[in-house]
Amino acid sequence: MSVLPYLVAGWIFLAGCYGIATSRHLVHAVGCLAVCQSSTYVLLLAVGYRDGGTAPVHSDLAPGSRPVVDPVVQALALTDVVVGATVTALLLALVMQVAKRHGTVDPDELSELRG
Amino acid sequence: MSRRLRMWVLAVGGLGVAALLAAAALRLPGFGGDDHPYGERAVEASLARRTSNTIASVNFDQRAFDTLGEETILFAAVLGTVVLLRQTRDERQVRPAPERVAAPVRRYALVMLPVALLTGLYVIAHGQLSPGGGFQGGVVVATALHLLYIGADYRALERIRPVGLYEVGDAAGEAAYLILGVAGLVGGSAFLANTLLPYGTFNTLASGGTVPLLNAAVGMEVACAVVVLLARFLDQAVEIERSTGSGNDRGE
Repeated sequence: MSVLPYLVAGWIFLAGCYGIATSRHLVHAVGCLAVCQSSTYVLLLAVGYRDGGTAPVHSDLAPGSRPVVDPVVQALALTDVVVGATVTALLLALVMQVAKRHGTVDPDELSELRG
Repeated sequence: MSRRLRMWVLAVGGLGVAALLAAAALRLPGFGGDDHPYGERAVEASLARRTSNTIASVNFDQRAFDTLGEETILFAAVLGTVVLLRQTRDERQVRPAPERVAAPVRRYALVMLPVALLTGLYVIAHGQLSPGGGFQGGVVVATALHLLYIGADYRALERIRPVGLYEVGDAAGEAAYLILGVAGLVGGSAFLANTLLPYGTFNTLASGGTVPLLNAAVGMEVACAVVVLLARFLDQAVEIERSTGSGNDRGE
């Protein structure tokens, strides 16, 4: 089953998409977007894993004594987490504005334009 | 679009994406495989520059320019949130009332505050040595300050948290990163190249050239950015109210 983690990442992504499409509340939709994004963490870390590998930190590990997992994708996952958190904050701020201006946070009731 | 039609579109699209993802997953190198050419080169480069945390080396040395982009996204998102959550004309600010806090909550929050603050600063300072760094430590520092909101009340938090100062700190952290980049350029090499400072002794606090400095700049920016973000959201929840007699209801 050496492809299972990749499939898990895909499954998390699709679960998030399902949540966004069926959402009845914008905060819930933002949460589902965070679920979609977390699938990318699983994918990145799965790509970088090496059997028997440990963290690529050499403060208490003699270099070369053990295999280490891929540090490049770990750094990418860090970037991913930071960007995900800030985008979530920005979207939640937008949701607050929508709630104030339109009096609803149900995406289905926000279909008409209002000027 | 009716809900029923939407579910059909979602099902067709979802199945298509699932099929493509599964096909792609089967062609990827197997999970746990031994072939990581980029990872091996990153570890070598990191050891050559005496940075024991390879991830810090990737983020602040080998891919420092990408981290500048990431930091700028954070900066822009904070800016956007500040603009979106400002007080509008039909809103007024109310002074939050002092709150009573259960004695054990107050005690433990106030004991934890300096511990959490110190932990955050430790994580930032040791980013080049052990897991952690500016991004993680910055979040810990900002969270530590908010223990005062849990342990005392919003007024106490506002006293130690002049938001204007933290907005300046956010911009200063971003600017410090850029200046360190330009310093590399002035020093006769490339933008953000880690050639400015001696690499130091492996596994000591001053190792890694500019990595600790960039870590500190990012730590400052992230701590200030999270404080400003939370301040804007807390203001909305605690202080800002819709003035009476205006149009539509709040819809909460």
